[in-house]
Amino acid sequence: MLETVILIVFAMIGVSLLLNLWRLVVGPSIPDRILALDTMYINTIALIVLYGMNMGTSLYFEAALLIALLGFVSTVAVCKYLLRGDIIE
Amino acid sequence: MMEWVISLLLLLGGSLILVGSIGLVKMPDFFMRLHGPTKATTLGMACLLFAAMAYYGFYGEGVSVKEILISMFLLITAPISGYMLIKSAIHHRLDSIESTRGKDNIEED
Repeated sequence: MLETVILIVFAMIGVSLLLNLWRLVVGPSIPDRILALDTMYINTIALIVLYGMNMGTSLYFEAALLIALLGFVSTVAVCKYLLRGDIIE
Repeated sequence: MMEWVISLLLLLGGSLILVGSIGLVKMPDFFMRLHGPTKATTLGMACLLFAAMAYYGFYGEGVSVKEILISMFLLITAPISGYMLIKSAIHHRLDSIESTRGKDNIEED
């Protein structure tokens, strides 16, 4: 049963990644696109965690942690650039 | 029994992530679109990571702290990035529909 549930959740996260991609392409303003990227990296962490559960190994959690760190830092950096016109003043 | 709990947590997490992304696409303006990723998706990720923790604790190599680390990190950083995004949206004076303007629409009593 668990394998079927993992496949269903894979499909759900794939659909939500496609929706985020649509917002990233269409999105009328720059903050919309940053928000879409932010959501995309969170969904990618979910995908990696699910893949690790599917393979039965917890080796992929380091990659998920790295993506979480770098995604947060990049979102804050781009927002700072939008706000100030400069990242480090 | 444990399999049911893990499956329920996985399905809940997946549906919450899907709801967050649908909200990102369907909402009319940016100030509403911010709600989906900052609330629903973060909760979905927390559910998924709890499911992973239960899975590895039950089938794998024992309970590890890494899942708690990721979920704590996401729960802490999601409000900060939401705050930065809403600040830059206000700074850029994005278009908003009439009902998200806030104070002008509060009825006087």
